[in-house]
Parts: sequence; structure tokens; C-alpha cells
Amino acid sequence: MKLKYPLEVNPGTTITNKTGGWRTQKPIVDHEICIGCDVCRKVCPEGVCFPTGEKNSKGRIFYDRDLDFCKGCGLCAKECPVSAIRMENDFK
Amino acid sequence: MQKYKNPNQHLIAPGHTACPGCGQLMSARLVLDACGSKTIIANATGCLEVTTTKYPTSSWKVPWVHSLFENPSAVASGILAALKQKGLDKEITVLAQGGDGSTFDIGFGLISGMWERKENILYVCYNTEVYSNTGYQASGATPLDANTTTTPPDKKSMGNAFIRKNMGEIAIAHGCVYVAQTTCGYPADIINKVKKALTFTGPKYLEILTTCIPGWGVENEMAVQMGKLAHKTGIYPVFEYYDDEYHVMKIPGEPLKVDEYLKLHKRFKHLFGNERGKEAIKQIQNIADKNIEKYNLK
Ligand SMILES: Cc1ncc(C[n+]2csc(CCOP(=O)(O)OP(=O)(O)O)c2C)c(N)n1
Ligand code: SF4
Ligand code: SF4
Repeated sequence: MKLKYPLEVNPGTTITNKTGGWRTQKPIVDHEICIGCDVCRKVCPEGVCFPTGEKNSKGRIFYDRDLDFCKGCGLCAKECPVSAIRMENDFK
Repeated sequence: MQKYKNPNQHLIAPGHTACPGCGQLMSARLVLDACGSKTIIANATGCLEVTTTKYPTSSWKVPWVHSLFENPSAVASGILAALKQKGLDKEITVLAQGGDGSTFDIGFGLISGMWERKENILYVCYNTEVYSNTGYQASGATPLDANTTTTPPDKKSMGNAFIRKNMGEIAIAHGCVYVAQTTCGYPADIINKVKKALTFTGPKYLEILTTCIPGWGVENEMAVQMGKLAHKTGIYPVFEYYDDEYHVMKIPGEPLKVDEYLKLHKRFKHLFGNERGKEAIKQIQNIADKNIEKYNLK
């Protein structure tokens, strides 16, 4: 690759690198159990847990995660205070 | 296809190449989101830099500069000088950041200079307690008896022979206006401390103990758990220091014994199941007890 100095690149461009392929396990969020506490959003090292904006039957805005980038670390599942997230084998 | 769309609101974009479960990347995202988009970053060499800026891409959504391992503090001083010239230094936050190797050892002199000049810069150290990016060599932040690639235990050695430097106290001795320590076990505390730090004008130091998955030899999902245990055993005091006073995060209930923390790491595995290890654990317990007393953590 030819390098152009100074090495300048555009912001937020790692978004082209879909790290979801690294995953061997994937988090499954039970939207009914989710209380919308924001813990998974805070702890996800990829920053790919987010509020969906939709409410479950209990009136709570539930969360989801972006499988394009999720590396399947399991941190969100482990830290969810109501165990709304479980990890499942991800066969590709 | 995914049903719900990721709004991608964080100031560090995904697609970076940190290990799954990395405590450092989790903490860095919280720090930058708390600083806000009007921030300019000077970054040291290390995992944080390498994993987020694979050429020709960058995860950062704010101006971000990398020059050398040792000089983010000096680069930040230059950025601040330029902002002052433009009359923008009041509205823009200057953030310098690096790992423990760059903070405790290789960039140490330049950080001391930045603090001596009393510059209005927030320095954040992500303390993984090893040189993570080059394969887990011991740094000045590595705890006693840890097994690293440069301190392997054998017949004569129990691992790292030295007690880690106390960088928080070194910052306080420099007269920093705000000094704090926390861990990746407390995401809300990281956000609060960054916001609190930014209410002060002058040199500020925040150190975050961040789990390095392969460096510590822990499972992918353990970053938060490990951060909490480091605090609850007294191994890593969580505190703020400003206006000549310490404000500590108390340990809830009785402090846990250090074994509870040590037994979860591969880097401390050699301390278990033998007499020499037992003695070593006693010594580590002693360090934790002293922390609890010194910082009044109970
Ligand atoms: C002056 C200099 N010495 C050594 C290196 C090689 N090097 C690159 S990254 C790194 C480790 C960084 O460790 P640390 O600062 O603890 O950050 P971490 O990777 O743990 O986040 C080293 C030694 C370098 N780039 N420059
Ligand atoms: S498994 Fe890890 S990477 Fe995936 S959404 Fe949960 S915390 Fe994020
Ligand atoms: S080596 Fe450690 S610090 Fe570096 S990306 Fe992996 S977990 Fe994070």
C-alpha cells in the first residue's frame, strides 16, 4: 500500500470493518425481560448495544445489539442485572 | 438482516480490532463520550492506538493525533497552545491518553513536564498493568508477583519482583488540581469522574484500571467483574483527590480476601497450590490491607 504523508484518515471509518465475523457465540436479548437499564450499552467494548426506541408490554424501552460488529464477548450477558441476555452458539 | 438499526452515537466507532471483551476500549469509549464531541485527543502508542487506527481507517470521531509512544502529553501541550492562539481553549477539551507503559515508564518525564507547566489538560491512563500491545511485558504498573513475559516465575522467582508505582500519588505530589482512580468495573463512575475532572481548570489525572483479557489471562466476559474485585479487595483503591482532600469509594461490607481476585487470573496461577505461593499471597494481602488503611476504604 502506498502511504501518503501526513497520515490522515477520515473519522469513524473503521465502520467498514465488520468484526461480527470474529464471533463464536452471539447474544440473544429477550425484549420482554429487558428493563432498559442501559448497562449493556455502557459495558459493550464495541459500543454496539443500543436502545431500540420501542417499548415492550411492560412499557419499557428495550435494547438490542448490532451483530455486524458484536464480537460475542459475553460481557453484556454477564452484566445484565435481570439476565435478559443469553449467549448462544453462533453457527455461520 | 437485523430488525433494529444501531444509531451509532458513540464517539468511538465500532470496527476496531481490540480483543473481544477488552476493558480498555470499553473505558475509552466512556471517557470520550463523557468529554463530548468538542475534544481533541493526543494518544500514546499502545493497544488503544493500534486497535482503533488501522490505516487507512480510524474509529475516532473527534480530531485525534498520534505521534510517539512517549509524547502525547507534549503533543497535547502543543494543541493547547494552538487553541490559545485561536482563542478556542475555553470551549475545546484537550485530552491526552495512553496505557500504563507509556504513562508510568516511557512517557513519564514528559507527563511530569506537562504537570509542572500546570496546563489545562486531562490525562487519562488506561492501566492494563502490562505492556499489552507488544505481548504483556512488565511495566512500572505491574503488580507484585504477576507472571508476565518478562517476569516468568521459576525456582528462584515468584514473578514480578517489584511493587507497582503509585502514579496517583505522584500526580498529587505535582499539584494536579484533580486526581482520580477508578476501574472498568464501574462504568458510571468513569463517566462521573471525567465530568467532574472537566469542571477544574489545570492539570488533571485520571487512572482507570482496565482488564486486558490475554495479558491477565481472564475470560472474555470478565472485565467488569475484575474491576469490581480489584476495588472490593483493596488491591486498587478507587478515589478522587481535589481541594486537598480525598473522596474515596468505600468498599461495600467487609473487604474480600485478595485470593478471591488473584485466583481468577492466569498471571497469578503460580501462587496457588504451593507453600511459596501462600507466603506471596500473604504479602499481597498485606499491600491490600495497607491500602484499606491508608485510603480509609472500609
Ligand atoms: C519509544 C518506543 N518504545 C517501544 C515501542 C514499542 N511499543 C509499542 S506499543 C508498546 C506497548 C504499549 O504498552 P502500554 O503503554 O501499557 O499500552 P497498552 O498496550 O497496554 O494499552 C510498546 C512497548 C514504541 N512504539 N516506542
Ligand atoms: S457480546 Fe460483547 S460485543 Fe457483543 S453486544 Fe455483548 S458486550 Fe457487545
Ligand atoms: S491485548 Fe489487552 S488491552 Fe490490548 S486489545 Fe487485547 S484486551 Fe485490550
